[in-house]
Amino acid sequence: MSISAAAARPIVTASPIDIAIVVIYFIFVIGIGIYLKKYTKTGEDFFMAGREMTAWIAGLSFLSANLGALELLGWAGSAYEYGILAVHWYWIGAIPAMILLGLVMMPFYYASRTHSVPGYLQLRYGRAASGLSAISFAVMTILMSGVNIFAMAAVMQVVLGWNMNFSIWVSSASMGAYVVLAGLLSAIFNEVLQFVLIWLGSLLIPILGLFQAGGWSGLKQHIMTNLTHFGVANPDSYMHVWTTLGNFKDNPMGINWIGIVFGLGAVISMGYWTTDFLVVQRVMSARDLRSAKMAPLIGAAFKMFVPVIVILPGLLGLGLLDVHLVSQTAVSAAAAHGATLYSYNDVLPLMLAKYCGPALLGLGITALIAGFMSGMAGNVTAFATVWTHDIYKPMMNPNASDGHYLAMGRWSTVLGILVSIGTAYFVMQFASIMDYVQALFSFFIAPLFGTVILGMLWKRTTPAGGFWGLLAGTVGSIAMYFWVDLQPSALRYIALSPDAMPMAADMFRALWSFVIVVLVTVGVTLVTPPKPQSELKGLVMGCTDIPSEGSYPLIHRPAFWAVVIFAVFAALNWYFR
Amino acid sequence: MHSHVNSIWFLIGLQLLIYGALITGTGIWELFYPPARVVDLAWMHPAIWWGAILVGLGLFYVIHYRPSRTISN
Repeated sequence: MSISAAAARPIVTASPIDIAIVVIYFIFVIGIGIYLKKYTKTGEDFFMAGREMTAWIAGLSFLSANLGALELLGWAGSAYEYGILAVHWYWIGAIPAMILLGLVMMPFYYASRTHSVPGYLQLRYGRAASGLSAISFAVMTILMSGVNIFAMAAVMQVVLGWNMNFSIWVSSASMGAYVVLAGLLSAIFNEVLQFVLIWLGSLLIPILGLFQAGGWSGLKQHIMTNLTHFGVANPDSYMHVWTTLGNFKDNPMGINWIGIVFGLGAVISMGYWTTDFLVVQRVMSARDLRSAKMAPLIGAAFKMFVPVIVILPGLLGLGLLDVHLVSQTAVSAAAAHGATLYSYNDVLPLMLAKYCGPALLGLGITALIAGFMSGMAGNVTAFATVWTHDIYKPMMNPNASDGHYLAMGRWSTVLGILVSIGTAYFVMQFASIMDYVQALFSFFIAPLFGTVILGMLWKRTTPAGGFWGLLAGTVGSIAMYFWVDLQPSALRYIALSPDAMPMAADMFRALWSFVIVVLVTVGVTLVTPPKPQSELKGLVMGCTDIPSEGSYPLIHRPAFWAVVIFAVFAALNWYFR
Repeated sequence: MHSHVNSIWFLIGLQLLIYGALITGTGIWELFYPPARVVDLAWMHPAIWWGAILVGLGLFYVIHYRPSRTISN
């Protein structure tokens, strides 16, 4: 996602009542931090929220931490650009992975009592693999936090004409205050609040939009008419989820079903939802095993319907907006000639301005700010935990008191926010770097999934195999990225087709890096000595006595809800095929 | 269960109640003093009914998760 750092004029102007609603939001988030400070006395409270969250709170927080800046505006823009295909990132790109996390992986994370994903790697593979994962995660997390801050400030400038410095410092200081005061507990509470505000602030757009379009069938007709008017070939391809994926040339995304199913569904989403500590940390805070298993399933149930407030507004923009949105490159080119155009990423603010008058506009702006802040807080709390527990404690000061690590958590939160702000100003100078940062982030997700899942499911996997597999997968992913970056025609080799478009590159690069991890890990494992089984208890399938969930009726069991969620997921894919 | 874990639902209810009152109040005000910026479907007065929905949700959470009730439980 690219966001213009400057706009000729704001899309809307906030009235005093809109400002009042935003101010009340900031008072609440800081107030929550102050209220919860008295409950944050130990490192376990600060880093793991005392491990006493209910399934609902952990589940909503798990999902909310993902509803950040790039999510809300970026995917609404992608829906405008690519049509309903963007919904794959919410369905096959999330639901199977969340079910896997809940039913298969959480018992191991929970049984090991680890505080982080690098912490699990430390127990399973030792310091080398854990250190590699922790350092790369800490760097990427802080960069992503900076990108979130910049994105929010840029959107506030484009939408409302607010000064970017004002947005950066006010939002960072507010988020920093509540995270420093009460750590993950405060972040989780605010994420649940932000989740509710995001939904209630965004839901009015699809309700009013569908009414104006004449329902779903009316919207499809509007989109066909508009795309035909814009001269788009094969406009029907914007309205199908699966039937256009037989060939790269048949859909606006330039991808095929192999990239979506195996690249996105089997590798990228599995990596993100099961090993990215930013989201997994929320589930680890659950109070018992059943809650830990239910939390990702509750997240999955809501995730399936997030397209209503993200993808549907993009499609409504495609069918109902009078202006035609263009790429960021075209916006910049037009601006050089004094003309004002809007980019794909402006579709959500434009729809907000289309339907929301005073007060409702304030609620919508609050929803956007809430989305940005939940994303930022997710990055900062994950950074503080990984820095303190996986870098500072094992590598610099292993024998300090709990109070010392608690203080370190608070100081690393402040430091993380300051570095994030510095990153935001750095990104401001080079807007295109946001794309590189996202690519950098993806370098570590797909390989990490291969390393974690092999470690959990195959007890023969050795520490050397885990480390060299992770390193080879990461290096391989970076090498493929720069190969295509320096020589764009190389995409045909990565995606196995001359018709592949850039979106396909991410999917196939992830797929190949996962394959590299598996091959190298298995190869090295077969020639190196395994860990004794006694050291694998609580970490690997076949060596672990999974704690009991307790005896519950069918309707309260995670497996039952996993089946229900998967059935709804399958039905949605069939209906919109 | 610790009462402070449940207090999040009370706080959400309180915020929705405040927002709902402000939004409904603005919608009623606009019946008599229409805003300068006219939005699509303004004739449906979404501020009034959306604000009322927020008030209803807020009241439910504030009453159901009020501190005196969650602490006694």
